[in-house]
Amino acid sequence: MDAGPLSTPLYADRVRVYPRRVRGPYRQIKWALLGICLAVYYLLPWLRWDRGPNAPGQALLIDMEAGRAYFFMIEIWPQEVYLLTGLLVLGAVTLFLVTSILGRVWCGYACPQTVWTDLFMAVERLIEGDRNARMKRDQGPTTLLTVGLKTAKHGVWLLIAAATGGAWVLYFNDAPTVTREIFTGQSTLSVYFFIGLFTATTYLLAGWAREQVCTYMCPWPRFQAAMQDEHSLAVTYRAWRGEERGKHKQGDSWEGRGDCVDCRACVAVCPTGIDIRDGQQLECINCGLCIDACNEVMRKVDRPLNLIAFATLSGETARAQGKEAPYRLIRPRTIIYALVLLIASAAMLAALLLRPATELHVLKDRMPIFVMLSDGDVRNGYTLKILNKMRGENALRLTLEGLPGATIAVAGTTGTAAALDLEAKPDAVATFQIHVRAERGVLHGKETPIVFRLKDGGGNEVAKRETVFAGPGQ
Amino acid sequence: MPTKIEKDSVTGTETTGHEWDGIKELNTPLPKWWIYTFYVTIAASLVYYVLYPSIPLVSSYTKGLLGYDQREDVARSIEVAQAQQAPMVSRIRTATLEQIRADGALNAFAMTGGRIAFNNNCAGCHQAGGAGAKGYPNLADDDWLWGGAPDAISGTIRHGVRSADPDTRQNPMPRFGLDGMLKRSEIEDAADYVLSLSGAKHNEAAAKRGEPIYAEQCVACHGEKGIGNPELGAPRLNDPIWLYGGDRASVIESISNSRAGMMPAWAGRLDDATIKMLTLYVHGLGGGQ
Repeated sequence: MDAGPLSTPLYADRVRVYPRRVRGPYRQIKWALLGICLAVYYLLPWLRWDRGPNAPGQALLIDMEAGRAYFFMIEIWPQEVYLLTGLLVLGAVTLFLVTSILGRVWCGYACPQTVWTDLFMAVERLIEGDRNARMKRDQGPTTLLTVGLKTAKHGVWLLIAAATGGAWVLYFNDAPTVTREIFTGQSTLSVYFFIGLFTATTYLLAGWAREQVCTYMCPWPRFQAAMQDEHSLAVTYRAWRGEERGKHKQGDSWEGRGDCVDCRACVAVCPTGIDIRDGQQLECINCGLCIDACNEVMRKVDRPLNLIAFATLSGETARAQGKEAPYRLIRPRTIIYALVLLIASAAMLAALLLRPATELHVLKDRMPIFVMLSDGDVRNGYTLKILNKMRGENALRLTLEGLPGATIAVAGTTGTAAALDLEAKPDAVATFQIHVRAERGVLHGKETPIVFRLKDGGGNEVAKRETVFAGPGQ
Repeated sequence: MPTKIEKDSVTGTETTGHEWDGIKELNTPLPKWWIYTFYVTIAASLVYYVLYPSIPLVSSYTKGLLGYDQREDVARSIEVAQAQQAPMVSRIRTATLEQIRADGALNAFAMTGGRIAFNNNCAGCHQAGGAGAKGYPNLADDDWLWGGAPDAISGTIRHGVRSADPDTRQNPMPRFGLDGMLKRSEIEDAADYVLSLSGAKHNEAAAKRGEPIYAEQCVACHGEKGIGNPELGAPRLNDPIWLYGGDRASVIESISNSRAGMMPAWAGRLDDATIKMLTLYVHGLGGGQ
């Protein structure tokens, strides 16, 4: 009874995973997606897009300093960041929909953690050899060769990581310029800092942490269950077909036993080091590499393929009882996700298309609220902010409604009419201090509602603002 | 202290020896790393006490070995800021008001500097934005006691009104009632005439009687029909803007007791550049001439 409460440690040691090379259709898809994802990531900032003079020629650019984000033909100002939020919402809903249909394929094929880990593992295999060679070397004595191979591996990893961090800053700067600056040591400290940061995270997460990121750090595996149901596809071991598992010698009968020959190929290739035959698990990222590995074996022993397959829970339950189960794609869950996706996309598109190219903001001066003038007129001051999101000069005409006979003037000048010509510089916010002067007789009480309207050169109204004109009352 | 360390039979942990109705308290000390971190913070605080100003004494405080002083820190920050502003300020010092106006960046700097100087020094009486109050002129309207041209505004700021400055703006209005120069009824008639000048409510007959009184006593400064005289600082009386109230009682009081608002002279208290910036700001409030 003397054993302390912590006779076993609370933290399990990590079991090192040595995934074996595997060939097959799922591996092919994974390679293809890896290539596409990396190509998009590394090449996108180099795409050019002509926006005319005085505007960046980069297709995708987030210019923090100027407060502008460019996505091909779309330009976003800081206050339109809700469009980016909307994009994230769309991404999330799309993920929900895909997960409800195909399970965690995002995790297995497209997640950056998976893509870069896969790339790092490929480098590792190329330099250190496949699973058995690596295990043997790690267990054996440290030789000069071991040290050399490991150094080479970490060197290549760091190069890839640096390229990853380097590509990240290209999205926030003009790619050719900043690349030249990076290599000539002329770039800013923040550029080098972010390259360093993303180099470090890439190297640590893809080289060292690997499946631990998915198992311990990522929240997605924790709540994916909410999106999945018994009709979602998941990498599944068909226990009804595989058990009783056991070694099988050529020529032995398959009667009275399962198809699983217990070769552990599925375990050897698994990038997260689990045994899929234990059933659906949190660690499984749905990459399907065990399917490829198992099918290779099934071909050799001449048994039907797909002992491990992308299958649904309801389908397998039915098959285990010898029944056919139709695959149900259309379910309340998928309908709702698709509808939400549709509505959110439509709302986003509308918001994008309907956002004004010119905006007018009116701030009424509060001190003094109004000024009495010698001839009995009343004057109010306003600060106008005109946002011109266009790439050209914008000759605008400001008009005022609600005060017959009133005049508008830029502060310091004398107005003659209830209209004013204003120039708004391209891609900028123009601020005007204006004075509105009205006869006391036309005011209604202490606050008279007025409307400022902005019209472009063609006479089309581009913006309007309602505000009030204050007076002494009575 | 318990004489004998007792171990709990279930968990194997030592107990503190405290016992209540058979329930014993386990001794689970704080983790070592926590304790040592705590000790390090104590040590760090001692170092801080030695290096920095820390312990209050009766009329002073311990200065610390580094000689750090927050006031010096602020003074240095202000020096840095002033050094950054120096090129702009020196240009403002040499440029004329018109030249400053014509230069966009310089004008923006001057207007901002003027606004800050105004809020620090003038807004106490004239209110933010020059809105004014009773007895303190509104600076945003087009009615000026001493003129609304830039030079006139600058002169008023420099020398003040009824201040100790030798060149101060000065204009004693007689105390017609207090000094017995006019009878009460004459003052009331004059007040009705003055009210009639701006079209305010007045007694027609009284105004008629007041007209000759005005012509005799007031016209020299306030001018024909109350047009005022900024040279003398005599207010316009024919507009609806009243510094001390435009009702009959207020006007009667003004005639009887006179009014003599004061404003300090700012030359010497504010430097030339600041006064120039203030002038531009006040002129730009909306009433500048």
